[in-house]
Amino acid sequence: MNFSSFVNKAALLLGLLLTPVMAQAEAIDTGDTAWILTSTALVLLMTLPGLALFYAGLVRAKNVLSVLMQCFAIACVVSILWVAYGYSLSFGDGGSMNAWIGGLDNAFLANVSRESLSGTLPETVFVMFQMTFAIITPALIVGGFAERMKFSSMMLFSVLWVTLVYFPVCHWVWGGGWLADMGLLDFAGGTVVHVTAGVAALVAAMVMGNRNGFPGTPMMPHNMTMTVTGAGLLWVGWFGFNGGSAVAANGDAGMAMLVTHISAACGALTWAAVEWLKYGKPSALGAVTGMVAGLGTITPASGFVGPMGALVIGLSAGIVCFIMTGFIKRKLKIDDSLDVFPVHGVGGILGTIMAGIFVSAGFGGAGFAEGMTMGSQVGVQLTGVIATFVFTAIVTFIILKLIDALLGLRVTDEEETEGLDINQHDERGYIL
Amino acid sequence: MKLIKAIIKPFKLDDVRESLSEIGVTGITVSEVKGFGRQKGHTELYRGAEYVVDFLPKVKIETVVEDGAVEKVIEAISKAASTGKIGDGKIFVLNVEQAVRIRTGETGDEAL
Repeated sequence: MNFSSFVNKAALLLGLLLTPVMAQAEAIDTGDTAWILTSTALVLLMTLPGLALFYAGLVRAKNVLSVLMQCFAIACVVSILWVAYGYSLSFGDGGSMNAWIGGLDNAFLANVSRESLSGTLPETVFVMFQMTFAIITPALIVGGFAERMKFSSMMLFSVLWVTLVYFPVCHWVWGGGWLADMGLLDFAGGTVVHVTAGVAALVAAMVMGNRNGFPGTPMMPHNMTMTVTGAGLLWVGWFGFNGGSAVAANGDAGMAMLVTHISAACGALTWAAVEWLKYGKPSALGAVTGMVAGLGTITPASGFVGPMGALVIGLSAGIVCFIMTGFIKRKLKIDDSLDVFPVHGVGGILGTIMAGIFVSAGFGGAGFAEGMTMGSQVGVQLTGVIATFVFTAIVTFIILKLIDALLGLRVTDEEETEGLDINQHDERGYIL
Repeated sequence: MKLIKAIIKPFKLDDVRESLSEIGVTGITVSEVKGFGRQKGHTELYRGAEYVVDFLPKVKIETVVEDGAVEKVIEAISKAASTGKIGDGKIFVLNVEQAVRIRTGETGDEAL
């Protein structure tokens, strides 16, 4: 063999030997991976301690620990469930059932290794990122039954609810299920997170009944400084929630972060402005609630709309969620204690529908998918909303009734008056 | 000996304390209390739900003085605590049966 022929063969052999290494290096995008690692941390921060502080400040002092404990405990137990079967059911292949639910092939992350990939990410990163969404969704529901639910029942409820509601809906929308096939636009969880949590909270409030003394007795937030601190963590963390849902470090992530921020600012200003006009003073609680409304509403649309769309979405969120809060609490007299349904539920519904409108390139959005028009897209959005709403309502109701029969849902009247920190946890939040 | 109990507006505490020092009152007890008289409460907003908060924060000052000092003390407190607006507070005078200084065992006016 002559020299050049040898070199050719050597080069070919070298190339073949190096291929697996090079293929892996090409498949993992370090930029994407770094961003999603970061987003995972940001989204977990939204729950611990963002949401935990936000909610804890809103309840009475005697229940402050119960709220913090519930958020913490939910984070822990859902993490285990996610590893055990949640990831597999949400994102696995369900075979013939794949329209509705994934399979158990990946239970206990059987096929997840250091080398396995999810798109351009190590699969472990995708597992973690999605886990933080599975964690925050049941934690949001805490607001609906705050100050009156037994801890044991709450734990059992969270376990059953993530299993029977969250994992299936997550699969429908993001795991290759029927709503994904229909082309539902839900970038970061308008339906999967906010509609499910909002509806569940409303159903829980209705099934469990109102807090003793509602609505006549003032039950003021005991620590607004805690709530506003939590709100700040939620705003910043949401950059990971929506920006990270691009699952890439790219223009989509950048735009998602931008529109998320615009909607938060707009929602806060709008709610504060409405209060200012209606009651004469803007409140801190109004501002942060408007902010959350803006953030929840932009969530499904964050990957599809542009800045102008975000302004409209934030503005609408501030007004609509404000009206609905009053409607649920004062007109319908339903004690969804921390207003989860009017803020997250209604926000999720509104945002999911508006995503179908403002995705239009004419509004600065990403443009309709192949073959879709505004009419057909809004139709898909409505389908997603209604299906999620109805499914969540029914299954949540059944779970609650089951737990009521097994354990009872509510603490006793004496325990409710005494405060959950003492009787559920043998602790005091404050020793002053 | 008389116990003088005064309910005043919280921000007036420093003025009253100074004024009592000036007339030679050597000891007072202060507590933070809530209450209402003719002063109406205020409304607080909670996500659009208005609540009327009836109880207003007040400060209660208690001091035990010898009978002869009562008029001076009432005048000093009244002057210092007054703003002229509703909610300035009230002063009550109660009889005291006995007083004891714990460290020395002195009783009566010597204990004050």
